[in-house]
Amino acid sequence: MGGLAQDGKLKERTVIAIIDYGAGNLASVVKAIHHVGAENAVTSSGERVLRADKVIIPGVGNFKATEPLANGDLGAAIREAIARGKPLLGICLGLQWLFEGSEEAPDFPGLGTFSGLCSLFPPTVKSPHVGWNQIAVEPHSVLLKGIDSGSYVYFTHSYRAPLCRETVAACTYAQPFTAAAERGNIFGVQFHPEKSGPAGLKILENFCAL
Amino acid sequence: MPSETLAKRIIACLDVDGGRVVKGVQFEQIRDAGDPAELAAAHSDAGADEIVLLDITATAHARQTLLDTVRRTARQLFIPFTVGGGIRTVDDAAAVLDCGCDKVAINSAAVADPSLIPQIAERYGSQAVVVAIDARQAGTTKWEVYVWGGRRATGRDAREWAVEAERLGAGEILLTSMDRDGTRSGFDCVLTRTISHAVRIPVIASGGAGEPRHFVEVFHRGAADAALAASVFHFGLKSVEAIKREMQSAGIPVRLTC
Repeated sequence: MGGLAQDGKLKERTVIAIIDYGAGNLASVVKAIHHVGAENAVTSSGERVLRADKVIIPGVGNFKATEPLANGDLGAAIREAIARGKPLLGICLGLQWLFEGSEEAPDFPGLGTFSGLCSLFPPTVKSPHVGWNQIAVEPHSVLLKGIDSGSYVYFTHSYRAPLCRETVAACTYAQPFTAAAERGNIFGVQFHPEKSGPAGLKILENFCAL
Repeated sequence: MPSETLAKRIIACLDVDGGRVVKGVQFEQIRDAGDPAELAAAHSDAGADEIVLLDITATAHARQTLLDTVRRTARQLFIPFTVGGGIRTVDDAAAVLDCGCDKVAINSAAVADPSLIPQIAERYGSQAVVVAIDARQAGTTKWEVYVWGGRRATGRDAREWAVEAERLGAGEILLTSMDRDGTRSGFDCVLTRTISHAVRIPVIASGGAGEPRHFVEVFHRGAADAALAASVFHFGLKSVEAIKREMQSAGIPVRLTC
């Protein structure tokens, strides 16, 4: 695994398992990862996840779609990858799964890395929260290194995660919520870095360079 | 509603025929002013918040060309990218989404068979489904839905259709005023506000943009969440920034990229 070479591309090709669990289109994440110079393996195989250097859990849709992440070979492999210290990045629904669960599907627990339940936006605002919004970034964040507070990133979601101890970026829509959180080798972003222009690519580059 | 930092979006629309952008575009520093991939990237660099590519042809041969165009355009685009025009089935939607766009805009086919909305939404999520409505004024506060590129009246009320589309799982409404389209006289703020207040999903205003103050008007008086324009960007890439500066002066949250 290797740091950044002078041309900004990764020196040694890091292989990133992008988990396909049937929750939406992965093409955008794949091409963004390719763009920052890492190799992709789109997979639903636990064995492939364990052979990768890093893991991305993308995904959009209903929280109950995360069920394959919790069970079977894939679920076991994700937990094993985390235990082995492989960096893991949850995007959108992938971030929400890192919390304890969601009011959207109370029967389906999340991983519970971060405390709290995801919930709907209140009726005082339009929902889903769609578009570019600003994030307030904690300066110690590893994932968001080089991203200024006040940067705009692209969101599209109806449920949001609460603020927690590990929140490293907050966004405000009706109320503040977790835009990014990190603990050890586990990272999550509610927004779509693959759709957030240069700021988003920088975040993916940070992740690939870990 | 609390003070918002959610930016009002400016969306650049490219009309494409046979793989080429068809409306005359006069941009400096672009080698090929008709190439959708190059133009989309230039708009993105200039500060457009999203790109919409509308395929205005419908022959089978052109559809294949479209997929190549979408793939090429998506490759270097890292902002949201919507493709519309001629999407009639879930397979049509899947084909363009698999080429790397993020959302599909559906219009006539959704009116003909509203179940197309939940079919696409269940497979790709509601955020991937933009229902495009072409509306023509039919009374002081009534607008009728037209299909087939505005050639056929449906007798349907635009407000009722927008509400139904939301209920069926649409993620956004792309609302075009046929009365204003091409006039450069400003967006139809009354129409936009009527639809925007009737639904909870974002409404993208379209039709009538001619100058920066029109965007300010549609955000202030039309309650739009985003505004789309094609011909206004013919004035040059600086126009995106000019629009956003004017919006900022008017107190509207915008994403400024420089």
